[in-house]
Amino acid sequence: MLTEEKRKLELEAANIRKTALETIHTAGSGHIGGSFSMAEIVTVLYFKAMNIDPADPEKRDRDRLVLSKGHCSPVMYTTLARRGFFPVEHLKTFRKIDSDLSGHVEIHVPGVDMSGGSLGQGLSVALGMAMYGKCNNLNNYVYAIMGDGEIQEGQIWEAAMAAGFYKVNNLIGFVDYNKIQLDGRLTEVMDPSPIDEKFRAFGWNVISCNGQDVEEVANAIEEAKKSEDKPTMIIAHTTKGAGVSVFEDTAHFHGSQPTPEEYEIAIKELDDKIASLEV
Amino acid sequence: MGENISTRAAYGHALAEFGGRDDIYVFDSDLKSCTMTQYFAEKYPERFFNIGIAEANMVDIGAGFATCGATSLVHTFAIFAAGRVYDQVRNDVCYPGLNVKVVGSHAGLTVGEDGATHQALEDISLMRTIPGMTVIVPCDDNETRLATRAMLDFKGPCYFRTGRPAVESVTDSIPGYSFEIGKGCQLRDGSDVTLIACGLMVQETLKAADLLAAEGISARVIDMATIKPIDREIIVKAAKETGAIVTAEEHNIIGGLGSAVAEVLTDEALVPLQRVGVNDCFGHSGHPKELLEHYGLSPENIAANAKKAISRK
Repeated sequence: MLTEEKRKLELEAANIRKTALETIHTAGSGHIGGSFSMAEIVTVLYFKAMNIDPADPEKRDRDRLVLSKGHCSPVMYTTLARRGFFPVEHLKTFRKIDSDLSGHVEIHVPGVDMSGGSLGQGLSVALGMAMYGKCNNLNNYVYAIMGDGEIQEGQIWEAAMAAGFYKVNNLIGFVDYNKIQLDGRLTEVMDPSPIDEKFRAFGWNVISCNGQDVEEVANAIEEAKKSEDKPTMIIAHTTKGAGVSVFEDTAHFHGSQPTPEEYEIAIKELDDKIASLEV
Repeated sequence: MGENISTRAAYGHALAEFGGRDDIYVFDSDLKSCTMTQYFAEKYPERFFNIGIAEANMVDIGAGFATCGATSLVHTFAIFAAGRVYDQVRNDVCYPGLNVKVVGSHAGLTVGEDGATHQALEDISLMRTIPGMTVIVPCDDNETRLATRAMLDFKGPCYFRTGRPAVESVTDSIPGYSFEIGKGCQLRDGSDVTLIACGLMVQETLKAADLLAAEGISARVIDMATIKPIDREIIVKAAKETGAIVTAEEHNIIGGLGSAVAEVLTDEALVPLQRVGVNDCFGHSGHPKELLEHYGLSPENIAANAKKAISRK
């Protein structure tokens, strides 16, 4: 990846974090930790990898994405708004009674391909989309982003088995492996490791990468697209709350809100990051 | 002419007959010879997927297809379609309003010898309570065929309930019979009481009307093949013209057809109502006919309830 492209993607990720945090702050609630850990993943997908068109969000042969960890709507909605699917200003209505931007992602929002919220189901939905694409020669890719805690759900493994069995090579999954779930560390609650060996055993192509590095994420996607007869799972090693010191690596900010002081620190750090990446 | 076959078999033949449209995709969960999707699978293998014993995955794969514009039909036993995958049906089919048809076979007591774990007696209730869901319970070969065709032409979530045993064909010999989603159909006119039934209880109800006629009681019979949206008009008309109503269903008396009718009567035309169904208990192994009699789903019990309803006028 060219240095300039990398800088632009990193800048976008930083802006997405800041706007997502402001969106949550305005709403008074929303999930920071899991939104921040996947910021680079959605940045690379929506600003580089995916075949999408904000002017034609329903384009039939577009790439599709299912946010299976649907509670991370702040980062999803922010990414879509910044990509041009709807005005950034609209994010101020997040979680409000008269807004379409509900707490979990909604299919009726421009750019969102499927509603989410009940964990463990998105990989199956994405599998269905990918199979449809193959049946209809759409030549597209379908992405699913899952939480690491989420893969404790049994249905993930039903989908994994079927995707491997049907050799759905246009299906590309991400595990946002930030190692923390609502109640604490995965290793203390219910450890799903080794995740890579499990998906390999189900017939998947598995790639591990640093999910906070836009270049590694982009390279993983490019490699996944080359898979000829297997679906691909990208295990993105991330940090919960990544990008802001006070949010990082703690279960507290899974769903809780920062104090006014913590919010000021966060905005300051994100502003500094943005300033350092702007030319 | 309709044959004396099960509604699941009738459905399977109808799906193969009307499934030629290339947006129709059929999914089964290792039950294609039971749900009878096998006929479609033989005819259109490129649009059939066996997902194995993984109903949750199947429903959501169907939902994924539907987001792309497909008409998805997912199949399993009614007990699993409404119970095991309730969350997927609620959140991934009905909430996004996707064009997925959930077809539950082997509903009710008449699964028979397989017993209580396989006897869905709550499925109508569970499916009916989800916003945006249409619930269809056909009674015989002819009605199932017409309802299948209508469902394929209808856009939106649907629950379609079929049964295991062969049932008598009745609707095709009734003049003026027609099927339309959301409409009940009057099979027989009467003035003293109205009997409203769905599924295989329609046949039992017609027999009950004969028993009542022998005693000089004139019973109207309505086949309520759509439980949701319920045909309010036909219920209110029956209440006003006959003054007493009996419902009959192969389902728990809580939450099903009887409850749906009671809701309409409470809102619009309060008359005596007797509900015939399984009295809030689980089923049991046994021969289907024995089970129907044991749990009171018989013409005799429907007739007795009709007399009780009349006496409460």
